[in-house]
Amino acid sequence: MKPYYFLKEVYYALVSNKVRSGLTVLGIVIGIASVISMIAIGQGSQNSIKASVESLGSNLIIVTPGQQRGFGFQVSGGRGGAQTLTSADADAISQNVSSIQIMDQELNGRYQLIGKGTNTNTSVMGTTENYPSVRNVQIDQGNFISSADVSNMNKVVVLGATVLTDLFGDGTDPASVIGQTIQIKTLQVKIIGVTKAKGGNGFNNQDDMVYIPLTTAQHYLAGTKTKYISTLAIQAVDEQSMSDIQNQVTQLLLTRHNISDPTAADFTVTNQSDVVSTASSVTGTFTTLLGAVAGISLVVGGIGIMNMMLTTVTERTREIGLRKAIGAKRKDINLQFLAEAVALTFIGGAIGILLGWIVSMIVTKFSGIATQVSLSSVILSFGVSALIGVVFGYYPANRASKLSPIEALKYE
Amino acid sequence: MKKNKNIIECKNITKTYINGGIETKVLKGISFEIKEGEFVAIMGPSGSGKSTLMHILGALDVATSGEYLLDEHNVSTFTDDELADIRMNKIGFVFQAFNLLPRTTVMRNVMLPLIYQNVPEDEAEDRAVEALKSASFDEARIYNLSNQLSGGQMQRVAIARALINDPSLILADEPTGNLDSKTGEIVLATFEKLNKEDGHTIVLITHEPDIAMHADRTIVLKDGVIIEDRDNVKLKIKK
Repeated sequence: MKPYYFLKEVYYALVSNKVRSGLTVLGIVIGIASVISMIAIGQGSQNSIKASVESLGSNLIIVTPGQQRGFGFQVSGGRGGAQTLTSADADAISQNVSSIQIMDQELNGRYQLIGKGTNTNTSVMGTTENYPSVRNVQIDQGNFISSADVSNMNKVVVLGATVLTDLFGDGTDPASVIGQTIQIKTLQVKIIGVTKAKGGNGFNNQDDMVYIPLTTAQHYLAGTKTKYISTLAIQAVDEQSMSDIQNQVTQLLLTRHNISDPTAADFTVTNQSDVVSTASSVTGTFTTLLGAVAGISLVVGGIGIMNMMLTTVTERTREIGLRKAIGAKRKDINLQFLAEAVALTFIGGAIGILLGWIVSMIVTKFSGIATQVSLSSVILSFGVSALIGVVFGYYPANRASKLSPIEALKYE
Repeated sequence: MKKNKNIIECKNITKTYINGGIETKVLKGISFEIKEGEFVAIMGPSGSGKSTLMHILGALDVATSGEYLLDEHNVSTFTDDELADIRMNKIGFVFQAFNLLPRTTVMRNVMLPLIYQNVPEDEAEDRAVEALKSASFDEARIYNLSNQLSGGQMQRVAIARALINDPSLILADEPTGNLDSKTGEIVLATFEKLNKEDGHTIVLITHEPDIAMHADRTIVLKDGVIIEDRDNVKLKIKK
């Protein structure tokens, strides 16, 4: 049969049973769309986690205390407050460890902020003048905390972009709030600057944060005599020296804390690239899982195709008999029914890709999870859908082609 | 008869079915010849083997033993694909139940055999119109859907479909079985016209003697053998 006639026959066959063809296609549409969108969500979150880890600064080594990370809301791990990392440790590290570009001490917690009549609950970061260069934060208006602010325990604050709108409303000119006073817990602080929006999401959103001098946080908010810190961020001079710094810091702190067994360390030294690779592997598993679940729906769609084709073959038995009587060969019948199945999956695949793409965009718009429809997932699912057509269409088509014309013509 | 070429030559044809280990001999040695341009009725009660004979004559099935020559091709030795080819080129079928594609235009139904012969669409449409004219089908209804037609019209579409490949043999299996007697007469008149005016060779399978009388010759089957082979023309003259 000529391809032209062939396509026409397939077209008429599918159109003459619109509702059933449509429902069968729907099964494939849902399967493909969920594969595309699930993989898009998985890959998107993988990328955004990677990006947000990397946006926190480059070549970073993070030292955190073993048990307790914050000073406000967390209860101690049962050892009388594991406030095991102090400013004194940080000073010792900066004096004894080589290849450090710059380092920054941080102490953060969540507090209620009270502005002019409005209030918000946000993360308060006690930090030093080095924070912007270590953590990639830029100032929009005013200044960041200076070394003088830190040493004088000044009651000043730098607002993150999100906090600015939370407290002062949308579209507030950052310049207009400089010099105003807000209240953190019971502490009155003067706004000296506003940071540029970074647009990040996920954990540690640097826009939804305010910054005050480390000493101010230690003295007024934590309210303890010991000058402990929750995070020490060390930026290495280059990537190669990172593991060396990691070792030196670990050794130094073990000695300072009088711990002989490294596994009992009351602090954690994390290399940023470890975090990235851990996060990637977690989201990778996540993507595979989502893809697998979506893949099941694709298989179910394929079985729907097979079901429809089997029904069709039974229903059109007389037609098959007639076609054979007027000269159709087994090959012709086989090809026709196979082509009908493949056409269904092809149409379903095309619509499914479109729908999956739309779903991904909707997910991005409403949930904020960045999604990414990759070409490979499109090609993969299109290929899979065509394959499903062939695999699940083969059996019914073969059955149709094997029908004896005499039996088929007699069929009631 | 002006023409003397044999379209059908059956030599001692038998057909045995084996069903559940039990052999059933349906045809027990059938021999006859049909020449080009003849109009022959094969008649017999149900169970006489006329359907089985029709399947063999129509190259839908092969005989268990014996030789069957269709337009000088020895069909008895053919494979499935070769049978399909000879059906495509030499035979036009007309069935009792019409067997038109549902929800499909008259035009597409008539053209259907040509799509397996790779005839270009323009030519196929022209030939379909010609065939419909020969089958006395109302030209105004060419693009109607098959399920919007009356029984008589449907059977004429089926006849046009049988004619379109210009077959050596038209094989009609109880073509009036689903029609009332008046419409049946019209359809039979169409067959007579095709035979007398256009010179088509027609084999009509029926169980009714009245209908068989429309043909020029009747072969009567009973229990798998030919019990009578008579010339209807002479009979009609006697009357």
